[in-house]
Amino acid sequence: MQTYGAIGEDALPDKARRRFLTAGALLIGFALARPLRAFEREPDLAAIGALDAAATGFNGFVPDGFIRIGVDGRIVLVVPSVEMGQGIATGEAMMIAEELEVGLDQVEVALAPADLHAYTQSLLKAQATGGSTSVRAFFIPLRQAGAAARTMLIGAAAERWRVPPAECVVVRGVITHERTGRTLTYGAVASAARRQPMPTEVSLKPVSQFKLIGKPAKRVDTAAKVNGIARFGIDTIVEGMRVAAIAMCPTIDGRLRSLDERASRALPGVVDILRIDDAVAVVGENYWTAKLGLDLLKIEWDEGPHATLTSATLAASLRSAQGTPIKGSLTGDPDRVIQEGGKRRIEATYDLPYLAHAALEPINTTIHVRPDACDIWVGTQVPEIARMVAAEIIGLPPDKVIVRNHLIGGGFGRRLAVDTIQQAARFGMQVSYPLKILWTREQDIQHDRFRPAYHDTIAAALGKDGLPTAWTHRTRCSTVRSYYDRKPWPQDRLDPDAVAGAADLPYAIPALRSEWVRQDGPVALNWWRGVGETHNVFVVESFLDELAHAVGQDPVAYRRAMLGKNSRSLAVLNKAAQLSGWSKPLPPRRARGISLHDSFGTHAALVMEVEVDTQGEVLLRRATAAVDCGIAVNPDSVFAQIEGGVLFGLSAALYNGITFANGRVQQSNFHNYRQIRMNEVPPFEVFVMPSEEKPGGLGEVGTVSAAPALANAIFAATGVRLRALPIDRRALGAKGMQS
Amino acid sequence: MNSMVSLKVNGLPVEVNATPDTPLLWVLRDHLGLTGTKFGCGIGQCGACTVHLDGNPVRSCVLPISAVKGEITTIEAVGETAAGKRVQAAWLSLEVVQCGYCQSGQIMSAAALIARNARPNDEDIDAAMSGNLCRCCTYPRIRAAIKAA
Repeated sequence: MQTYGAIGEDALPDKARRRFLTAGALLIGFALARPLRAFEREPDLAAIGALDAAATGFNGFVPDGFIRIGVDGRIVLVVPSVEMGQGIATGEAMMIAEELEVGLDQVEVALAPADLHAYTQSLLKAQATGGSTSVRAFFIPLRQAGAAARTMLIGAAAERWRVPPAECVVVRGVITHERTGRTLTYGAVASAARRQPMPTEVSLKPVSQFKLIGKPAKRVDTAAKVNGIARFGIDTIVEGMRVAAIAMCPTIDGRLRSLDERASRALPGVVDILRIDDAVAVVGENYWTAKLGLDLLKIEWDEGPHATLTSATLAASLRSAQGTPIKGSLTGDPDRVIQEGGKRRIEATYDLPYLAHAALEPINTTIHVRPDACDIWVGTQVPEIARMVAAEIIGLPPDKVIVRNHLIGGGFGRRLAVDTIQQAARFGMQVSYPLKILWTREQDIQHDRFRPAYHDTIAAALGKDGLPTAWTHRTRCSTVRSYYDRKPWPQDRLDPDAVAGAADLPYAIPALRSEWVRQDGPVALNWWRGVGETHNVFVVESFLDELAHAVGQDPVAYRRAMLGKNSRSLAVLNKAAQLSGWSKPLPPRRARGISLHDSFGTHAALVMEVEVDTQGEVLLRRATAAVDCGIAVNPDSVFAQIEGGVLFGLSAALYNGITFANGRVQQSNFHNYRQIRMNEVPPFEVFVMPSEEKPGGLGEVGTVSAAPALANAIFAATGVRLRALPIDRRALGAKGMQS
Repeated sequence: MNSMVSLKVNGLPVEVNATPDTPLLWVLRDHLGLTGTKFGCGIGQCGACTVHLDGNPVRSCVLPISAVKGEITTIEAVGETAAGKRVQAAWLSLEVVQCGYCQSGQIMSAAALIARNARPNDEDIDAAMSGNLCRCCTYPRIRAAIKAA
């Protein structure tokens, strides 16, 4: 398999080697030469960047944004979604290849450049990767693209042979006229196919005829990721590039007041010192020189209006938010039922913290601004937005800004925001050379755009059978949309993300209201893996567990009784319970907890088994997940996303919350923004239900499942209900001593 | 102040003009163009920058070049060692990788483990691998791949 491989820009290792020689490193026979492997180079934008083959210089068939077939037989599939670990480059290539009738081993895969017309997807209505939407949005369009291209290629061959197209078949990119046995390769008809009419309608294969979809495939990006060759944005090296280390105002909306740069300027290797409103960059010949130069700056900040901000004040304003509730959903008359519920009425409040994304690749952008054009080397989930905002700042038409998108070293939502690219543009437009801006880990955490904090109030009335007859759920939080949209979200409009996972439950409850009280604050926000569902499903599934225990019912049986006609959810619930040995007894302080949800078009159940020691430390003992995601495009990626997604969610639930004091974020690096490690990871079993339903999303499903299953297991083990995250070990230890 | 520092990297002698306190990570990435070794935290907490010094895993982000006495192997060349080759093959066969950013460091730690202990048990794996963070949480497959290597 070859990906990005034979694409013809100058060989970067050579270019890099020349640069290092001129930069003063003496390399004796240093050879980086090896066979071309996947994702080792940047995409060839001349080949993939335009829809008009004539304009690109690509010699071959370019029917749309996704497929390029060279007269030399080369097949390039341009995948519209960005690869940040979720396996989408492979999944989308499989969808195109399935109908194009080529093998994954025959194609090169490239990430799409910024192009709104070619790559806007139907669910996000943008050229964007997020919200577990990619497979759902592209499952039909990419197969249609493959089928249309195949039809045109066959049409060209049939015309040459003067036979009806229906008499021709394709296997692995070779067209055969069955009656006469004549064959033509796709490359041989690539030129002629350009003159074929684009079919207005194509029929797609039934599931039973899939050759690729539904069978485990090797990822197209793996080979380059085990030998150091894969290139992330941070690995960008371009001729004449300089590297910046930066300082940013530590408080929200603060500004640079004064700067003494004399000592820094005097340091050999420091090239420039650049200022913008709220940050300073020291540019060096390399990163370490820039960082030493940065340490020599004397900076005074005007700390601005939020210099005294604390977590306590943020939480108080959230809890006391009094805005008019905006309806998420309403069934029946839940207020009346709850009022009449008498003693069988249960209420609780839940609190969730701000979270940083803390992807392992720190924020970085390389930018080269010239009078008439600009190049940006970056990994972004929103290439077209990145191009637009950079163009605005620099003052260039958007089509003069080229975004060279890269593999992303963990996104989790962070790279949906373009604040970092805007900052790079403001610095980059001050110099003529290519400038790489690199944030430290501390900056990556402290200047993140955070997952919102939440305060939820939830109540239920219970019927004679113990099941809820009414349910009300009020969420208090701000909205990410004001930051993503770059204009304020209207005060009276529902942000569906605020009630996602709360407005539409898997369960049949006769009277239900979900609503949102909006409370804006100064903290800049962004989506985080699992988006609204990660927050709401924690509240819903924890509270449901409270209800089950309050009426002395088994949490699995309780859920089962509420699932009504939701047979897919019932099936995953039963499967996870069965595989986990749900009803088998466990020693004291060791127990299981369950969560269930329908999110992103997928049904998911998770059983966590934990042990809580007398100090309150929580030890993960076993994880068992069952998911029904409809058709699993690449089953191996489904397993990987559930394993990784659950552990990602557990990591945050166990350890993470961003707090503020004196206007500053208090966490800074992995010693105090701890993450789950190898020694904490339990045995993990995932069961994927066989299905021919349309595919659901996956990247975020496991993360949504994690925290409620964990908290419910902790309750079962200790009798302590945790209604806030991250988990409070002091509460668990103290209780442990008593029991 | 800059000075010429001699190192041996991936079997080849190199001389680098840098201040002696420069962490090895930045010499590898910025001076030598060996970008497979990754920057993750800068304080030895995440393991993304792991390389071998005479076969032992070290965190290159906190190792000044002045303190490097020995031969350095990076992810770009670890496949030329028997253990490295086995680990890379297991990583490919079990499809360990997701975003891939931590995997250079994971593979370097795993290769050092396998080189001194061909059949590590779970405790050995925990001890050798718990310094390497993976934010995609590919840990179950890393464990399986080490056992398969």
